[in-house]
Amino acid sequence: MIWSAITTSPIDTREVLSRVGAEEDGAVALFLGIVRNSNGGRPVSGMEYEGYAEMAQEQLAEITGEAAERAQTDRVAAVHRLGALAVGDVSVAIAVSTPHRAQAFDAARYVIEQIKVRLPVWKREYYLDRDAEWLDGQVPVAHGGKVG
Amino acid sequence: MSGGRPPVVRAPQATDVRGDPVDVTVLLFAAHRDLAGADRTVVSLPDRATVAVVLAELRGRGGGWAALPERAAVAVNRRYAHMETELAEGDEVALIPPVAGG
Repeated sequence: MIWSAITTSPIDTREVLSRVGAEEDGAVALFLGIVRNSNGGRPVSGMEYEGYAEMAQEQLAEITGEAAERAQTDRVAAVHRLGALAVGDVSVAIAVSTPHRAQAFDAARYVIEQIKVRLPVWKREYYLDRDAEWLDGQVPVAHGGKVG
Repeated sequence: MSGGRPPVVRAPQATDVRGDPVDVTVLLFAAHRDLAGADRTVVSLPDRATVAVVLAELRGRGGGWAALPERAAVAVNRRYAHMETELAEGDEVALIPPVAGG
């Protein structure tokens, strides 16, 4: 199945994996984005993800559809979490299964790279040693061109 | 992503060449929301005014609103759009600060 979701609940990676896979598939790629404990040398205590949830859902559905087309598979699953996350939490999970590994890696990479440039999601980092800040982002690039 | 809407067919009205004013809802996120001190607002515009007119109206409110950018990435009805995109009654316009998902 091609599946995508925006959620405020913890991401269950086994559940995401269970949405892909078929008897003809010899490869499954799983990518996880994780909140890390530092950024630019500053210790981070946590992260708050804010999103334009309705639009993010639509964009993620488009992105997974495009990835499936690239990989010639219908086994692509992606979920992005919003809300307050702690160091070590999974912020995004992407699973793709294909007959051979190249397409699975390529499609999973496509999904995360498109999330980085298109998904209307923002993050505010909380630091141990100073006030929280919105992180610098990427000027969004719509499928097929620049926006604004 | 043309975002084009079908042309609106209007009966000719000599006294109303610009059409009735329309209300659009504007959504603000992240740093933009912090600047404005609001996560949504309603803007009244001439019919078929563009997104650029919305930005100008918001900035003209002064205070934190004046710190919003002159040009920004935008979505209209949850689709990426342009400063030149024309708006109609009930449209939902979102200012999209640089994105940082993943």
